[in-house]
Amino acid sequence: MPAGTLYRGREGMWSWVAHRVTGVLIFFFLFVHVLDTALVRVSPEAYDTVVATYKTPIVALLEYGLVAAILFHALNGLRVIAVDFWVKGARYQKQMLWTVVALWVVLMLGAIYPVLGHAARELFGS
Amino acid sequence: MSTTESPASGIGPVEGASLYSADNPAPLIEAPRARTKKTPKSTRGNFEMVAWLFMRLSGVVLVVLVLGHLLIQLVLDGGVSKIGFAFVAGRWASPFWQVWDLLMLWLAMLHGANGLRTVINDYAERPNTRLWLKGLLYTATVFTILLGTLVIFTFDPNIR
Repeated sequence: MPAGTLYRGREGMWSWVAHRVTGVLIFFFLFVHVLDTALVRVSPEAYDTVVATYKTPIVALLEYGLVAAILFHALNGLRVIAVDFWVKGARYQKQMLWTVVALWVVLMLGAIYPVLGHAARELFGS
Repeated sequence: MSTTESPASGIGPVEGASLYSADNPAPLIEAPRARTKKTPKSTRGNFEMVAWLFMRLSGVVLVVLVLGHLLIQLVLDGGVSKIGFAFVAGRWASPFWQVWDLLMLWLAMLHGANGLRTVINDYAERPNTRLWLKGLLYTATVFTILLGTLVIFTFDPNIR
């Protein structure tokens, strides 16, 4: 890394990379999600059949990943807004990123049981 | 000849006395980029600035709409297990949740489409590649927004 670099290879760049990657992933899921929801116009059975796949353990894990992507994108997005509009935003961008990460970890721990609980019960019995 | 006698022009006694004085001021030169009545109107508009602002405004609203959506669908009341046609019918019986979902659909699709437009602008270098990728993006976006809107407005709980 070149000496004296403020951005490259540091918090600013990696949060930008993560924001971009999570954004693209969420957008692709959104297409699928509108299509599966559109099945309510076909028949209740068609909708319930497809939604049943959302309740399988493997897709539950994907849902946990989706929650992870959305939570990071949302929290870091608020940080980007603060950097842009808050006078001291740029000065505290690093502290704000670690706040985002800490909040994200707490929320992800809290999401384990609600999002993955049903899958665990199915896999290991209750 | 001492430099203290140099005139107010600040140039100094290079070629004798300054040409200008309080009675004979130097001509006013306008700042290079100053807009005048003769400046032609920009034909470009402020699209990129509006897009930038839209990302921030829609982002704030989406944080509330999407996190609320996740809480209802994946966390509260048994999480994903309760979701089914009956659950959707129950929620869309209320105009409040119809508006919520409609707003979420439009804002999220436009926010995501503009994000992907930026990604295409960044990485696709050949003009033809950019054209086709953006064409695909805009087609898929318009289709998905219209489909989702149609589904919300024409939802029929007694379809069977």
